[in-house]
Amino acid sequence: MAETPKKSWQEQVYDLLKAANIKFFTYVPDGGHKQLIIRCNKDPDVTAVPLTIETEGVAFAAGAHLGGERAVLLQQGSGVGNVINMLSLIDNGRFPFLTLVTMRGDFGEGNPWQNAMGRAVQTTLEAMNVRCLRAETEADVVPVVDAAIKMAFGAETAVAVLLSQRLLGAKAF
Amino acid sequence: MTNPTPMDRREAVPALIGNADDFLIITGLAGAAKDVGAYTKEAPNTFLFGGAMGGASSTALGLALAQPEKQVLLVTGDGELLMSLGSLATIGAMQPKNLSILIVDNELYGETGDQNTHTSYGVDLAGVADSCGIGITRLVTTKDQIPEASKLLRQSNGPCLVVVKVAGGLPGNYSRNWHAEETKLAFRKALLGTR
Repeated sequence: MAETPKKSWQEQVYDLLKAANIKFFTYVPDGGHKQLIIRCNKDPDVTAVPLTIETEGVAFAAGAHLGGERAVLLQQGSGVGNVINMLSLIDNGRFPFLTLVTMRGDFGEGNPWQNAMGRAVQTTLEAMNVRCLRAETEADVVPVVDAAIKMAFGAETAVAVLLSQRLLGAKAF
Repeated sequence: MTNPTPMDRREAVPALIGNADDFLIITGLAGAAKDVGAYTKEAPNTFLFGGAMGGASSTALGLALAQPEKQVLLVTGDGELLMSLGSLATIGAMQPKNLSILIVDNELYGETGDQNTHTSYGVDLAGVADSCGIGITRLVTTKDQIPEASKLLRQSNGPCLVVVKVAGGLPGNYSRNWHAEETKLAFRKALLGTR
């Protein structure tokens, strides 16, 4: 019997999100999310929603919840700076909220433009009442995303999974 | 731009909405929330923003895509929409058949002391929407245009956007609920039968 090739962590994350009945994948592109974006655009069971700015994805998630559906926002760390005030909608409405954040400006970063948000992502999210769960290694990712899904849609809280540059690899310059 | 016959928003908005039971309604903050709140008394098919400026259009899109069989109406002000013009591009890209948008355009930031918005300098929100692929748009400046526009808001052949030019002055008088969690729970209970 041929050995089944092990699924990549990105494929396992997609399977987890889909198993959690997440219907809407809203995103601003990032290299770290490339495979999830390809998957959600090809999958007829879900709806991929390209955004012009991350802010839209926060407000979209609230609307989807009002209509009885689940959404996830895929963004990079720099996008977190764009969403801060919109998180007041999530906070005052106590909407469930899940975002997967690919980090820049942390482990091994070579572009100084990324450093400010790299430092600020977790601090600002937590200031807006979003719990942050970090995934530093491949072994972390699946259990961390699984936990985040339970916290976001089970306990109805706002949760961000921060996918470290240690996991993704720093972009070369 | 000079409004030839400025209408009172307290008359124009209810006339355009007509029977509010035809819609699930999301409103932007400030004046639009008061106009709709005064009209529907925050019936459970209405969710009023009280902050998070620029978000109402994306919440309306999320609701429209989650509930494709219901007609969703976004009512918001020119200032609120100007903060998130990109959301019109996203709506154009997604083409929700059941999303209608009513912009209450007084060319002013009424909540903060009547500073001019960009529409007072000629920015044309219906034109922006049209360029974004929102195929059905109308500019309503006189009362006789209201019945046709009200009918358009009810059609479900693609996203539509109506700009109604109104005079400055007070929106509907209504003491609204500021607790979005309560509104959310009432909305979901009425629509979905669940909390």
